Amino acid sequence: MEAAMKTKTFRNAALIVPLAAALAFPGAALAQDYASAKAAGLIGEKPDGYVAVVGAGTAELRRIVDDINIKRKAVYADKAQAQHATVEEYAFTTGCRLIAQAQPGEKYQAPDGAWKTRGAAAAERDPRCP
Amino acid sequence: MTRPRLTKPRALATSLPMEQARQVDRRSGGRVVVMAGAMTALGLLAGCISVTAPDKPIVIELNINIKQEVIYRLAADAAKTVEENPDIF
Repeated sequence: MEAAMKTKTFRNAALIVPLAAALAFPGAALAQDYASAKAAGLIGEKPDGYVAVVGAGTAELRRIVDDINIKRKAVYADKAQAQHATVEEYAFTTGCRLIAQAQPGEKYQAPDGAWKTRGAAAAERDPRCP
Repeated sequence: MTRPRLTKPRALATSLPMEQARQVDRRSGGRVVVMAGAMTALGLLAGCISVTAPDKPIVIELNINIKQEVIYRLAADAAKTVEENPDIF
């Protein structure tokens, strides 16, 4: 009886440790998924300053994309207000920057809507980009 | 004579078929009237100004309302924002 109790306590502890870690670093696992998915070309940058799933994708990828885009929009809205610009203008300007600095192997969307893989050459961007 | 200015090539390209459709709907034989009108207009245009085709194909921009000058103004701040938020960019 006591042995069983002990085992159970031990099991609970095994469950609690990762849970505590997850609570201590919320979003850490998600950020890691986002970075790896982006590096793998599963998630790409759009000219409008948001990310999208490249190809069919999975529910998990769509969840990551939605999470990132919501966080981005909050930042865009905040910064745009400070700069007396619209959220779309600020997001678009950031999109110019993000596509320009995309790493080789990462995906980005060209002005015509086609997904491109960043290579050694400069990225295809909207003519209005600085 | 005034100098020709291609102010709204897109608007013309998209609105003309709709105008025609509306005319045709309203009465039979409307197409002929519209075409005759268009040809007359073309004849008038040929008489006074020359229209040259644009070098690049006309691309319909969804973000056409975003001005380049605004983008240039925001560029530095946007770059700073990207650096400050590495977790979402």
